[in-house]
Amino acid sequence: MKVILPSPLVSYTVKREVEAQGRSLEELFADLDRLYPGLRFRVVDEQGALRPHMRVFVNGAQVRELGIALAPTDEVQLIQALSGG
Amino acid sequence: MKKANTAAKKSASKSASAAVTLLVATRKGAFLLKSDAARKAWKSSAPIFLGHIVHHMVQDPREPKSILMAARTGHLGPTVFRSTDAGKTWKEAKTPPAFPKAPEGKKGQVVDHTFWLTPGHASEKRTWYAGTSPQGLFRSEDGGETWSGVTGLNEHPEYSKWMGAVENGTPNGPKLHSVLVDPRDAKHLYLAMSSGGVFESKDAGKTWSTLIKGLEVVEQFDASVLQFHDPHCMRFSGPNPDRLYQQNHCGIYRIDRPGDTWTRIGKAMPKAVGDVGFNMTVHPRDENTIWVLPMDGSGVWPRTSPGGKPAVFVSKNGGKSWTRQAKGMPANNAWWTVKRQAMCADANDPVGLYFGTTSGEVWASRDEGSSWSCIARNLPEIYAVESAR
Repeated sequence: MKVILPSPLVSYTVKREVEAQGRSLEELFADLDRLYPGLRFRVVDEQGALRPHMRVFVNGAQVRELGIALAPTDEVQLIQALSGG
Repeated sequence: MKKANTAAKKSASKSASAAVTLLVATRKGAFLLKSDAARKAWKSSAPIFLGHIVHHMVQDPREPKSILMAARTGHLGPTVFRSTDAGKTWKEAKTPPAFPKAPEGKKGQVVDHTFWLTPGHASEKRTWYAGTSPQGLFRSEDGGETWSGVTGLNEHPEYSKWMGAVENGTPNGPKLHSVLVDPRDAKHLYLAMSSGGVFESKDAGKTWSTLIKGLEVVEQFDASVLQFHDPHCMRFSGPNPDRLYQQNHCGIYRIDRPGDTWTRIGKAMPKAVGDVGFNMTVHPRDENTIWVLPMDGSGVWPRTSPGGKPAVFVSKNGGKSWTRQAKGMPANNAWWTVKRQAMCADANDPVGLYFGTTSGEVWASRDEGSSWSCIARNLPEIYAVESAR
């Protein structure tokens, strides 16, 4: 599926849009980490929660739970929220 | 005879002088400030990881081209970068410091940032220690590529009692810092926590005992409760690891082991200045010489240069007396804050001293504090300044 990434993660992926697989967000992040080692921990903490200033949208709807099911045709977008000056 | 000795000393001084690189960690990236051999001319690198919040950057004395950097960004989680070519290129750790995942239904700890880096013992070539916020001790045995928690501390049954709750910690998060490795014994460690006090381990971190006797806490709190203790910066005296100095939230202290009681040597500081501050800097070769940079701890605790008159204070007798050193600094209207990792000494003779302010200036002395000059300005908020060869 198509994954659109914010600029802070381009140092891992080079591109803003990448293709990755997963039946859930958790699996998608595992695949992204396989393709781009180190990426997952910058976005998801050691307890499995999204970091405070990261937002995930699936087909335009915001989600917080990594267990949410995904279909191969879904579009996932990661956005950096406000994080201070 | 006296003249010959002086000449010999001068000659030794000349041969001991060498160029210095300052590793400057800031809230918006890292910078390398490089000097000439005389330490007169300084040149800054371009920003490294511009925009990253860099808490600490430390050279590996066992492998001088290696530097570790603790960083995160406003959005991205905490990590550690390693350079093996003196800062030209950097590689991210494979598994940065992280707490273990909590069992289902329980709340686990999350590393907000890695705050402190300490190279391991000379006999353990690839070993490093990292202190985090909230308080956690981590160890790498492969040069900073992978990190594991030191479970003897992080998973100690009394952990939460020692550290207190995260929300009760210092404003930028509670921190584990000042990890000291005894140069005579790789298993002998000290560390300090804000909050949590001072701890010692003689078995490489498996077990820990407290070392807080004599340390004061904020008025009306109980000094026997560890979470009320706030050591800011603790160092071995340069040549003598049986002597430790400490700048605490509540004064300046010294301890001589195997003694178990800290003495508040800051009581000899001028009353109008006080003995509050963040950093402690030690002479690399003289166990009696130390420097502090006092911060205003009166009223609402501005933690700026007292009276707007910045100065370093030196003691050359182990804290019995102190002398003001401010030649070259602004005489007044300078409200500097210098954080706990933001002052250091080099190994030259005479010793060079350096500190960085939260207002982005780096100041240097080539004569052990007798005179000072500004060697960089307009940098972002400075968190740490470490000297490298």
